Amino acid sequence: MRDLTFIVLIKQVPDMDQVEFDYEEGRVDRSSAPLEPNPFDLNALEEAVKYKEELGGEVIAISMGPKQAESTLKDAIARGADEGILLQGREFAGSDTWATSLALGHAIEAVGDFDLIFSGEKTVDGDTGQVGPEVAEFLNIPHIAFVSGVKARKEDEVEVVSESWGATYVKSMELPGLITLTKDVNEPRLPSFKDKQKARKAKIANWGVEDIGIDQENLGITGSPTRVANMEVPPPEKRESMLLREDPGSAVNQLLEKLDLGRSK
Amino acid sequence: MSEVMVFAENNGERIHPVSYELLGKGRELTDKLEGDLSATLLSGEQLPAEELVYRGADRVYRGTDPALSEPVETSYKEALVSLISEVNPEVILIGATNFGRSLAPRIAMALDTSLTADCTGLDIDEEKNFVQIRPAFSGNILAHIKSRTSPQLATVRYKEFAEADRNEEREGEVVEVKVKISREGAEKVKIIEEKRGRRVNLEDAEVVVAGGRGLKKESDMQLVEDLADTFGGKVGASRPLVDDGWIEREHQVGYSGKRVKPGIYIACGISGQSQHLAGMKESDTIIAINNDPSAPIFEYADYGLVGNLYEIVPELIRQLKEGN
Repeated sequence: MRDLTFIVLIKQVPDMDQVEFDYEEGRVDRSSAPLEPNPFDLNALEEAVKYKEELGGEVIAISMGPKQAESTLKDAIARGADEGILLQGREFAGSDTWATSLALGHAIEAVGDFDLIFSGEKTVDGDTGQVGPEVAEFLNIPHIAFVSGVKARKEDEVEVVSESWGATYVKSMELPGLITLTKDVNEPRLPSFKDKQKARKAKIANWGVEDIGIDQENLGITGSPTRVANMEVPPPEKRESMLLREDPGSAVNQLLEKLDLGRSK
Repeated sequence: MSEVMVFAENNGERIHPVSYELLGKGRELTDKLEGDLSATLLSGEQLPAEELVYRGADRVYRGTDPALSEPVETSYKEALVSLISEVNPEVILIGATNFGRSLAPRIAMALDTSLTADCTGLDIDEEKNFVQIRPAFSGNILAHIKSRTSPQLATVRYKEFAEADRNEEREGEVVEVKVKISREGAEKVKIIEEKRGRRVNLEDAEVVVAGGRGLKKESDMQLVEDLADTFGGKVGASRPLVDDGWIEREHQVGYSGKRVKPGIYIACGISGQSQHLAGMKESDTIIAINNDPSAPIFEYADYGLVGNLYEIVPELIRQLKEGN
């Protein structure tokens, strides 16, 4: 029997705690923050590595982005991935979720046989959560989204917990398939110094349009079904705060009067 | 004639209320497009369709198949893709619930068409283009999206729009549709266990009382719980408390937790990081209790109680009980 192949979809994003927004110009200053792997994708990677540790096999991390996204794939290797593939080239830039999923889908087909694909539930910059299920549809495989727990890892099936229809479900899914992971699923491990050193020397495969056999008319801004017509950066919605600094008794009393709660005036 | 179609999510018993919000918004869009408003009701066993008519649907497409009794996206995708191909709606609105956000991308990819996630605003511009407005960058920006393909799909946030008015006089057509679902596809995902009703339903709570780092030890969560109980509300928490294991993650309010919009939100010992604000800033009334007068939370609150939460919270409970 062939080894299991796990694929992790991973995106490089700005560190959201540091990114700055220009409220007057209405733009995001992407250069203001360091880049890092999308936090939810680290949960996906951790889950793939756990699967590999339990049943053997190989973890391949795939990303689409500029050359500098190689560092995110090296980070993935330090955290347990065996290989990193970067879809790179100006043709890919500006792709929406449909075009991105099409490109990732083609890349996965180019990889060959696989068993389970892992992705984060969403990215912190795009916030859509659409790429995972769109990739699954492109590959014609089943998927389960918003997975908060993995209960059983098998060679031909995975058993997971996810929330849907206001209830919690335990579902099993035949492989090959795809799951998207929430933060609840695990605590991603930190890479050791040694692993980081090793990953720094790892070679990241750079694939272009020709390598994955995709029609470039389907990529980028022109190939995407949606486009951003304009963007607003609304200033944070501050409120006119009424501060009550008196002793607890009278502060609470004032508050309840304002709220018209619980007190007769 | 351009049709706006609303997907009426249901769990076999109850239609999710976001469907009525979509019918309300959908009516505004059809007025501008001079089109029809329809609803799609798919389920394992047949459900009554009148409510969707009372809420404004000119037409309800109703389809039934045992495979639709469970939340399995591929089955729903098959049913919807064949219906959409037949009816050709211009716009399709789906609630941005877990199920909707998981299902819609499959439909968009199957039809090679546009999909915008988690919209908070929808409009028709002067050229009759469908404009979809959505937050991105962890809620820090609003992007206005237009599509160049048809149909145009959007998932729409729950509790963003008002529910459509209910009018029992309203008339509409119920079209029974034949649903074709391949057994082979449906069997790839199996339900092993189902736990109905979550223990914590923060999203629908009228009052949320949340604890943060200002609490000194795990057992102090009791104070937050007592206050929530006094209000008849639910308990929330900021991320650090969840990360420390003081409370389950289903209580987490924030960007990577739940987004809540209660009538009253009380933040106890929460400093007000943007990750937390993203989950509660739309609450009707925000009350912050914190001993640090420079805590950012006070800038986002309607009322700020500056002081020791270990004195303020018990006093709040006492006075609330006294008043009742």
